[in-house]
Parts: sequence; C-alpha cells; structure tokens
Amino acid sequence: MVNSFPEEVLEHVFSFITLDKDRNAVSLVCKSWYEIERWCRRRIFVGNCYAVSPGIVIRRFPEVRSVELKGKPHFADFNLVPEGWGGYACSWITEMSRAYPWLEEIRLKRMVVTDESLELISTCFKNFKVLVLSSCEGFSTDGLTDIAANCRNLRKLDLRESEVMDLSGHWLSHFPNTCTSLESLNIACLGSEVSFSALERLVARSPNLKTLRLNRAVPLEKLSTLLRQAPQLVQLGTGAYSSGIRSDVYLGLSKAFSGCKALKGLSGFWDVDPSYLPAFYSVCSRLTSLNLSYATIRSPDITKVIGRCPNLQRLWVMDHVEDSGLNAVAFSCKDLRELRVFPSDPFVADANVTLTERGLVSVSEGCPKLQSVLYFCRQMSNSALITIARNRPNLICFRLCIIEPRAPDYLTLEPLDVGFGAIVEHCKELRRLSLSGLLTDRVFEYIGRHAKRLEMLSIAFAGNSDLGLHHVLSGCDGLRKLEIRDCPFGDKALLANVAKLETMRSLWMSSCAVSFGACKFLSRKMPMLNVEVIDENGTLDSRLDSCPVEKLYIYRTVAGPRSDMPAYIRTMDQCRVNTIS
Amino acid sequence: MSISIEEHDYIGLSEVNMEKKACEIAANSNKDLNLKATELRLGLPGSESPEREAVNGGAIKNLVAGAKRGFSDTINGGSGKWVFSVNGGSEVDLVKNNGGGLFSCSKVENNNNNNNSGLGVGSVKESHVVLASTNKPLLLEKKVQVSGNSSNGQTSAPAPKQQVVGWPPIRSFRKNTMAVSHTKNEEEADGKMGSGCLYVKVSMDGAPYLRKVDLEIYSSYLDLSSALEKMFSCFTIGQYGSHGAPTRDGLSESRLMDLLHGSEYVLTYEDKDGDWMLVGDVPWDMFIGSCKRMRIMKSSDAIGLAPRAMEKCRNRT
Repeated sequence: MVNSFPEEVLEHVFSFITLDKDRNAVSLVCKSWYEIERWCRRRIFVGNCYAVSPGIVIRRFPEVRSVELKGKPHFADFNLVPEGWGGYACSWITEMSRAYPWLEEIRLKRMVVTDESLELISTCFKNFKVLVLSSCEGFSTDGLTDIAANCRNLRKLDLRESEVMDLSGHWLSHFPNTCTSLESLNIACLGSEVSFSALERLVARSPNLKTLRLNRAVPLEKLSTLLRQAPQLVQLGTGAYSSGIRSDVYLGLSKAFSGCKALKGLSGFWDVDPSYLPAFYSVCSRLTSLNLSYATIRSPDITKVIGRCPNLQRLWVMDHVEDSGLNAVAFSCKDLRELRVFPSDPFVADANVTLTERGLVSVSEGCPKLQSVLYFCRQMSNSALITIARNRPNLICFRLCIIEPRAPDYLTLEPLDVGFGAIVEHCKELRRLSLSGLLTDRVFEYIGRHAKRLEMLSIAFAGNSDLGLHHVLSGCDGLRKLEIRDCPFGDKALLANVAKLETMRSLWMSSCAVSFGACKFLSRKMPMLNVEVIDENGTLDSRLDSCPVEKLYIYRTVAGPRSDMPAYIRTMDQCRVNTIS
Repeated sequence: MSISIEEHDYIGLSEVNMEKKACEIAANSNKDLNLKATELRLGLPGSESPEREAVNGGAIKNLVAGAKRGFSDTINGGSGKWVFSVNGGSEVDLVKNNGGGLFSCSKVENNNNNNNSGLGVGSVKESHVVLASTNKPLLLEKKVQVSGNSSNGQTSAPAPKQQVVGWPPIRSFRKNTMAVSHTKNEEEADGKMGSGCLYVKVSMDGAPYLRKVDLEIYSSYLDLSSALEKMFSCFTIGQYGSHGAPTRDGLSESRLMDLLHGSEYVLTYEDKDGDWMLVGDVPWDMFIGSCKRMRIMKSSDAIGLAPRAMEKCRNRT
C-alpha cells in the first residue's frame, strides 16, 4: 500500500518531519523511503565533526541547504584542550563548496575557521543566508570583509563568543548599499570599533533586522541613533553602557527605548553606569530575556530592574544579584524558565557578595516553570538540594558549580551525594547535569539508578573508585556526552562498559587514572571508536602500558582515525607497535 | 593492567602515580620528592597539564630544581638568563627575596616545610593541599605570602586562589571580558587584583604547536619565565637529543640549562600596537596590560628588536 504512493507525495509528507531523530527513523523504514528521504533532507546536524566525513555526508544527502557542525570537546571552553587539537572546518567547507552550491546556512561551534574558508563561503554559495560561528577561532576581520562584501542575501551573521583576530573595524563598511536582507547581526565579541556611520546606514536599510548585538566599542550616546533607525528590533545587545553624566544622552536613550515596542530581549551592558538603567524601564514589562551577566551592577539596582520584568523567561546575571535579588526574581518572575548566575570574582577565595544556596532555593520555590539552571556559588547543602529537587521536578538542566573543588555540605560537612541524588530522583526529565562539591561513589549510584533521561553529564573532582564510573556507564541509558576531569576513575569501569561507548557521542577524561594499555585494548576491541590520547609532554611513543594517560577523548565514528591530529595526540590503533625512539 | 585500584581515597590516586613513576624511573634518588610531587593535583599556573608535570620521567621535576639553581645563578651575577633582560630594579628585588621565582607546588613539599622560600616576588600565593581520607573534605589552604611581599612594597590585598586549570569552568571570553572590566574598575585602587584571566598564546620557534598561558596568575617576569621554561622544555630536550630516557634526569636537565643559559632563545611579545618587543623592558603591570601574545625566538632572530638589550644578555653569559 505504502509503495503505491508516488514519491512526490511521500516527499511532501516528509517535509513536515523536521527533527533529525524522526528523519532518521523514517529512513529506516524501507529502502525506497531511505532513498526518498535522503534526497529531500535539507538540514544536517553533525554533533562531532569527526564522527563522519564530509564525503560520506555529501554522498548520502545531496541536496542539503543547512549544515551545523560541532568540533572541539566541550572542555575546550575551559582551556583543557590544547591548541592545535583540531576541529578544522576547512575540509568541510571546501567539499561543501563543490557539492552544495545552494547551501544557505552554516553553523559551526568550537571549530577552527580560516579566512580562506570564509572567502570560499562568500563566493561559492550564491544563496548564502546564515553564518553562525559560536566559540570559533582562526579567522580575522579580513574574512568577515569577504562575507560582508559578497553575500548578497545575507540574513544572519552571528559571531557569538568567537575569538576573532581583530585587525580593524573596516569590514563592516563592506556591506554593499544593496544589501537590505539582514535580519540578525551579532558582533559582540569584537574588540575594535566599527565605523558607526556604516553601521547606522546598514541598520537603516535593513527593515527586517530583528537581532542586533553590538560590541563594547559602540558608545552609549550612539545607541539611541540606532534604536531610532530600528524600532522593530526584538533582541538588542548594547555596547558600553556608560557615558559620564549626560542628561541629553539619557533622555535620548529613554525616548528611543520607548519607541521599541517589539523589544523582547536585552544583553550587553558592559561597563554599566547604574544611572542609565532606568532608560530602558519602558521595555521591561515586555522582556522575556535579560542578560546582565557582564554588568557589574549591585543588588539594589538589579533588583529594581528585575522587579519591572514580570514576563522574564530567561535571566543571566552575575552573583552581584545576591540572595536578595534572587528573592525578587522568585517574587516577580513567575514565568522564568532559565536562570544563570555567574561569578564576578571566581578566583578570589572569599566572596564579597552574599550569594548562597538560599537564592537558588528561593527561585526554585517561586518560579514554577524553572527548567534550566546554571549556578556558581561558594556554598551548598544537601538540604538545599533536596528542597530544590522537590520544588522543581520539572528541571531539565541542572548545572551547579561550587567554586571550591570538593567542597562539602557546609552545614554538615558531609558529601553532597544525597543532595544530587535527590535532584536525579525527583527530576525525571533531567537531560543535563553538572556536578561539583564533595562527592563519593554514592552519588553515581544514584545517578545510574535514576537519571535515565540524562544525556550530558559533567564530573569534576568527584568519586572514589571505578565503581562510580561504572554506575554511570551502566545505568544512564540515555547518556550521550560524558566529560570527566580529576577523578580517580581507571580502567575497570571503561573496560566493563565498552559497548556503551558506542552508544554515546563522546567521552572525555582528563587527569584520571586510565592507562595506556586500557586505551590500546579498547581501541582494538572497538574499531568504531576513535580512542585518542593526548599527551603534551610529547613522549607518547615511549609510554608503557601501565602508565596513565593525561587526557583521553573517545568518540564513535564511521570515518576512522582522523588525519589532522597534532603530534601530541595519538589514536590508539597507531600504537600497536610500541617503538622506543 | 598492573594498576591496582583498591585504595579509593584521594591518596589512592597517588598510588597510581607511584606505579607510573616506578615503571618509568628505575632508580631515582628523588623518589620521595616525586611521590609528593605527584600527590598534588593542582596545576601549576600556566601549565596545561596540571597534574602530570612529573610525567616526563622526572626530567621536568628536576628541571624545576635545576631551574631554581638557574635563577640563583642570575642573582649571583652568573650566567645570563635565557629569557630577557631584567631591569636593575627588579634584580635588586630578586636578591632580597632569595630570587626563587619558581612557582611550584612540589616546592612546597620538598623544601622541608620551608613553604615560603623560593617564592618571593610579588603577591604570589601558595596553596597547600591537605590530603584527606574519603569522608573528609579536601581543603585548599591558602597561605598568603604577606611577609614575603612587604619588602617589595607590594599590596597584600586578598590573594587570589591558586588556580587549577579550567576551574571554575568559565569560558575564556567571559574571563577576558571581566578581566578588562576589573582592570578598568580597580586601576586606581590596589593595583591588579588578579581576579581575571588573560590568556595569551605563546609560540616557540621550532616547536610544533603553541601554548596558552594566563598572564594574570603570574606576578612577575620571574614567575612567567620559569613557567615557560617548564612548558617548553620538552621541545628543547627533544631537539637536543635526549631520547625519552627519563632515567637520565641529570643529563637532560643540565643539557637544557646549558641551552637556556647559553641564551639561545629570547622571549618576545607583541604589544597592543602590533610591535614586537623584548619581554622585560617595561614594568610588569604595563607588560600584562599590553601583551597580546608571546614568542620564544632564537636569539639570532631577535637581533633587530632591541640591540642594547641583546647586548646585555650576551654580556651576562
């Protein structure tokens, strides 16, 4: 019956199926569905750029319009992955430039992108629309010049938190006068000043511009000019938010903000002068997203802002918000879904802000829709965690970072096993968890038993033995990404759970106790895994089997060992013959 | 696998290290020191591999000791520093503070509880890891070197914690952004609190890849230079033919020292204006504020940079 549908009909039906998971399921039904599906898949997401080769992707999906790739392991964000590790976008972009002339969107995360690649993108894809470079590096503003100048239909240029070699701000001036398609521009990570008049003209001729995130160099006194040109903005990131005491600037800004009836999200706020905060009060009641995490404003000022934002769904702040500010959040922001609290002085032992576990407990009580938490603090207790878990069983993401490694429950001096255990027990839909504080193998027992939907787990300075790791690997059915640092986990747990590793995207272990021998064994036993050992002291060849590896990155792949590793990384299958040089 | 993983407290981990050390170093008179060195899990500032600095067969471990001797040489007007010319003022400081610019965890253990020795210059902070059994917390005790600082006249503001690489888990973008904010806010106040983080890339001529160091965690050129020596020693050892034979610690260490004191290399940096300068010419704080990246280059290549400084270097040899 199914086979009597013409292809076009099936294709049309499939066009409503957008999730990769579902698309993959569709393609497994039968050969003809596989064929039809692969010709009409338009979006590709590759969570680990080394899990598959560009050639394989291109062969299977010939008509792709949107590609998303991720490169380095997550711990690269914290400088745990050495320079030169890899994640080069070049080969992907080159092959796609030949195979996908109609490619419209490229999204890269934690990858190395060169100016040559950017030039290629700007010239080879005639209908290129969206470029998102998240935490990428390797390119300069010269590459951006090409993008600006050549992409006729550019809609989105988003450089979020990338490390750009900032040669000058001139690149922005290369957007031609004919470019009117821009919808989203995020240059917040750039240091140098762009030509303001070029920026103003660009904004003025982009009627569809919805998202504009400026860099610090755009002065506050110019912001109102931009806002007047773009009252349709939905998301705005300010530049520096101070300007001396100038009432004309304040008034202009206040008026401009009140003209932005569509504004839903605010960010930026570098170098904040609190006296300018009231300028945006008029938009507060509509705000659903507020990012004050770079704003060093103290509690009373933050509290005043928060009190005016009853529709806030996402709030990012620094610990200046303090418990009192979070109480205000709990009171006012009943629609809050996501809270992130960053430390203002993470490297100083004693906090000079009163942000404790109480703030988080308060928000968990007052905000019924809270599902995602990232919280840096200096003290935590089991009872607080249990309370949070009971209050918010709908948590999906819980990332707690107690700044002192191995800090115990500050009230009882016990490990925080029971507290985190409560989190995984009550929050049955938990997908992401980051642990901190003093933790024994017990917490992993709880996690293995309860955290069945957990997809990503981050562990640091925790556990006593391999049993801990074994609990996680054997119990967490949905685990995709596991990253571990400084834990006494060795060979036993890994070798007892080899099959599990193939069901996961990746496993990172650094400063643990896994031996070279185990890595070699794993590599031999599981040819579908790349077992990469990182050793920056450069003596990979002379290591004996019993020696522990420095850093280990294991991931499943259909592309075999990669060929772009620096000398200090080795895939274990290359170490079969141990030569002493 | 020959590793026994029975002991499962923190100390158990060091047993793993012990076995590793045993397998790498046949007879090592510094065994005691090595054990203690490997017990410490905290990373040395600037070290990308916080825990395994002794992994290189103790060569680096002894390099640490050797490097210290190197600094003493400097103080005594001995062989020239490989890195840069230190202006007169700070040399005097060196003498006062016993010159040891080495920031090293292992030193804490090795120097017979003489925790404060060898770590004089600047507001260098020290941590002493207290190993505990399973149920006790592992505390980081912070010892603020106020006494050591006073002769410098440097601020004894609350010392930053000793930093473990990548902890707390904060993205570089945020760290660098906040560092700039802090600098702006506190410039008039007590000088740098070091509460941010400033990663700059360091490349070395001939080395296959570059490293990143966090300038914020050093308080002086000495600290920086010793950390860099440790970081890049594996390259120079490699070049000069010490073939992964870690047992011959003395040999590789002294070879490196010869190399360094022979002033084969100089440390240079690119400042905000894009000019390449010799490290050491400007006061430390100014250096931190303007350094964008560093390069360890061969002395022969650095001739154009600052002829007189080079002269100074050579004269010291």
